[in-house]
Amino acid sequence: MATQTQVTVNPALQRNWLSYVQDWVTTVDHKKIGFLYIGYALIFLIVAGVEALLMRIQLAVPNNTFVSPEVFNRLFTMHGTTMVFFVGMPILFGFGNYLVPLMIGARDMAFPRLNAFSFWISAFGGLLLYFSYFAGSGLYGAGTAPDVGWFAYAPLTSRVFSPGHSTDYWTLSIFISGIGSIGTALNLVATTLCMRCPGMKLSRMPLLVWLYLVTSGLVFVTISPLTAAQIMLCIDRYLGGHFFDTQAGGSAVLWMHFFWIFGHPEVYILVLPAFAFANEIIPVFSRKAIFGYPAMVAASVGIGFISLSVWAHHMFTVGMGPGPNAFFTFSTMVISVPTGIKIFNWLATLWGGNIHFTVPMKFAIAFLFQFLIAGLTGIMLSVSPFDWQLGNSYFVVAHFHYVLVGAILFMIFSAFYYWYPKMTGRMLSDRMGNWHFWLFLIGFHLTFDFMHIPGLLGMPRRIYTYEADRGWEIWNLIVSSGAIFQAIAVLIFAWNLVVSYFKGEKSGPDPWDAWTLEWSTSSPPPSYNFATIPTVESRRPLWDRKHPEEPDSHYE
Amino acid sequence: MVLSHKLLVVGGSMWDSIRDHAAFIHFLRASHSFAAFFLDQSSTSIFAPRATPAHSIFGLSMLVLAICGAIFLVVAGFLLFTLIRYRHRRGYTVREPAQIYGSTQVELSWTVIPILIVVVLFLSTARVIFTTQSIPKPASALDVVVIGHQFWWEFRYPKLGIVTANELHVPVSDPAHPTPTYLTMSSADTDHSFWVPRLAGKLDVIPNKINTMWIDPEKAGLYLGQCAQYCGVQHAKMLIRVYADTPDEFATWVAAQRQPALQSSTVAEGRAVFQANACVNCHTISGTAARGTFGPDLSHLASRSTIASGSIPLTQENLHAFIDDPAHFKPGVLMPAMHLNDHDLKAVTQYLLTLH
Repeated sequence: MATQTQVTVNPALQRNWLSYVQDWVTTVDHKKIGFLYIGYALIFLIVAGVEALLMRIQLAVPNNTFVSPEVFNRLFTMHGTTMVFFVGMPILFGFGNYLVPLMIGARDMAFPRLNAFSFWISAFGGLLLYFSYFAGSGLYGAGTAPDVGWFAYAPLTSRVFSPGHSTDYWTLSIFISGIGSIGTALNLVATTLCMRCPGMKLSRMPLLVWLYLVTSGLVFVTISPLTAAQIMLCIDRYLGGHFFDTQAGGSAVLWMHFFWIFGHPEVYILVLPAFAFANEIIPVFSRKAIFGYPAMVAASVGIGFISLSVWAHHMFTVGMGPGPNAFFTFSTMVISVPTGIKIFNWLATLWGGNIHFTVPMKFAIAFLFQFLIAGLTGIMLSVSPFDWQLGNSYFVVAHFHYVLVGAILFMIFSAFYYWYPKMTGRMLSDRMGNWHFWLFLIGFHLTFDFMHIPGLLGMPRRIYTYEADRGWEIWNLIVSSGAIFQAIAVLIFAWNLVVSYFKGEKSGPDPWDAWTLEWSTSSPPPSYNFATIPTVESRRPLWDRKHPEEPDSHYE
Repeated sequence: MVLSHKLLVVGGSMWDSIRDHAAFIHFLRASHSFAAFFLDQSSTSIFAPRATPAHSIFGLSMLVLAICGAIFLVVAGFLLFTLIRYRHRRGYTVREPAQIYGSTQVELSWTVIPILIVVVLFLSTARVIFTTQSIPKPASALDVVVIGHQFWWEFRYPKLGIVTANELHVPVSDPAHPTPTYLTMSSADTDHSFWVPRLAGKLDVIPNKINTMWIDPEKAGLYLGQCAQYCGVQHAKMLIRVYADTPDEFATWVAAQRQPALQSSTVAEGRAVFQANACVNCHTISGTAARGTFGPDLSHLASRSTIASGSIPLTQENLHAFIDDPAHFKPGVLMPAMHLNDHDLKAVTQYLLTLH
């Protein structure tokens, strides 16, 4: 037929580099889009990491003049915005995109084209944010970047205090990447609910899929107020609105509510996927089924709901009055209960196991200790009078980096070591992996353990320099020195990713002797994932195949 | 409302019994000296409280630290033991360990125990929230209005008719005759936050919103703090100095501040330069034509020990250099470089230094 002759391509042209580019740009394969998300996030991880390093150089000694205050304020704004919106979200969506269809025995996401659209619109958001370095000042002269902080409190964002266009680039990039986030969340929910293979009831889904379901639900609920706030801000800036314009009767506190009703669940949007990785990795390397699967699901869903009622604990110092302070203290403390259940279930999974200290497991174990500490400092901050002292100090900065780096980033690294063989067909180097782990661990603890102390000593966040007589110098110097270890470790990791892709040991389909469906297909999986759609009878289909004498389905 | 009140009573008595328990007092003392050993060197440590609000936060924080520390030791210890006990050993012969899928009793126990801890913590916290935030103001209290500006603090004493900047003077409060200072706060531009760690927790200073807090320093001296909410380019150099004065010192200070600005004839030339330039658009000097309100009131500038919101000591050289180019000390400061010639610059500096 005529159409068949048209698709025949000259073999010589297929090797053309443009054909590779075309392949990646037009792909709707969930695995390739997952790769794109992850690659894009890794590039921004390096960019935002460099921003962090510059800040730590500036703060290493008091009264430093390494960067100007204007530059410093842009650095922390861009670092925070980039890490949350253009590293955390895309890297977690990337893993979700890659893993969810494979784990539920599907051949792709429910809406492959929406998937591609979501990625590209989010990617455009990130580029738009950084374009402000060239265009931010608009007609005011040289380029600049947003300098309003990542939560951009009103009225600093009004045109009076933020002339030029940098704040507009910030607003629009968040608005646009939000569209992509909602698209991907919708896709993950539809895929999970409609595309499961025969036998995979909701109660048999891998916990990773459950957690991505909860995360996606949170994205739906929370991106909307964030987007609404951005539109209101645009109206204030260009159409004469007064939502946040305090000079004309607007409310600065209104912005805080809009931002944090997004902002706190956002922490859970980022940390639930980290829990998801832990739920898969810890059992495999303990050689045991996850302890208390129903409790884990209940705790995850519980965290999802409770996380929507805690936002104003970011506002204990706003002057809400004793009633609201007490309410948000209580709701915040309550969320520690389901979180505790998770930690205890991981512990019980390890208990009685046969624990293999592979590189991904090392990261997962460090995650357990660090998440425990992050949770406990979180309880301290939930005690609102204590927060009147600690809020907006370096103690808070240390606390949330313990969550974002100590818990989330450690689990992301763990996920890389665990699933890289599936994604590429080759193992990551163990030797480099160990160097990466130990250097990053040392760097992490030097930086973020000691960062709590200047906070206790009265050092507020977001200051470009500090006085020499406050007793903060030595702690800041230690904090900055840890950053160097982390930077080296990340470089080793990046090198490992590149070298192992070409020279890594061949992994085979199931290098970890694992139990979920993604390990039943080849590494890397073919574009259609499974030659025949699998049928499952328990939560661990590969365990059933490997232990026909004692399948899970007898016990669940 | 009734329920919350009952809960508070229960929480209060629980907190009281914890607080009055000999072991806790002992613990508090021990932890205080521990904290003091490591953290008292800092003039802004939250663990060296010198006023009632900071004290009650400190007491509560020690209880919270003790509970969190205990949880950490138990859970981390258990985790460490598990990792060592169940690590993979060479010669492990069984193909896979026994598969255990869960246990309802165990799940219940680690759900209920944390809930109990949460209840104790919450009730103790609620007690401190309500005692700090909703106690009646005594008649002997001093009122101060605090106005946050892009990168400096304005302090107004409405009943005393005093306006000053960046250095807040308050009386020491004797427990027998308390003279707490009540701060009524708002902002002229962006969000700020008033934080002097040794006196009280921070409270945000927000435009179009009025917040109140109180402090009652128990010892005379200087307490340092700074703006704790990002407010723009020079957020870092928006420092606060609170002078807790003895009653006599405070009375002397008040009397001096209520005088109109000194009109010394020896510096008439500097005064003329000041009044002939844009200085008057932003600064006030009482008894003269200078009535601007964008910048700090300079009527008694020389009575202060610092300029540029506490970031540089007030000396002749510093003041001279600051008037010449404020951005040299504080890049992003809203005061422009005045481009005065050397003669005028010197004259204005001399004039300002007479304003005691």
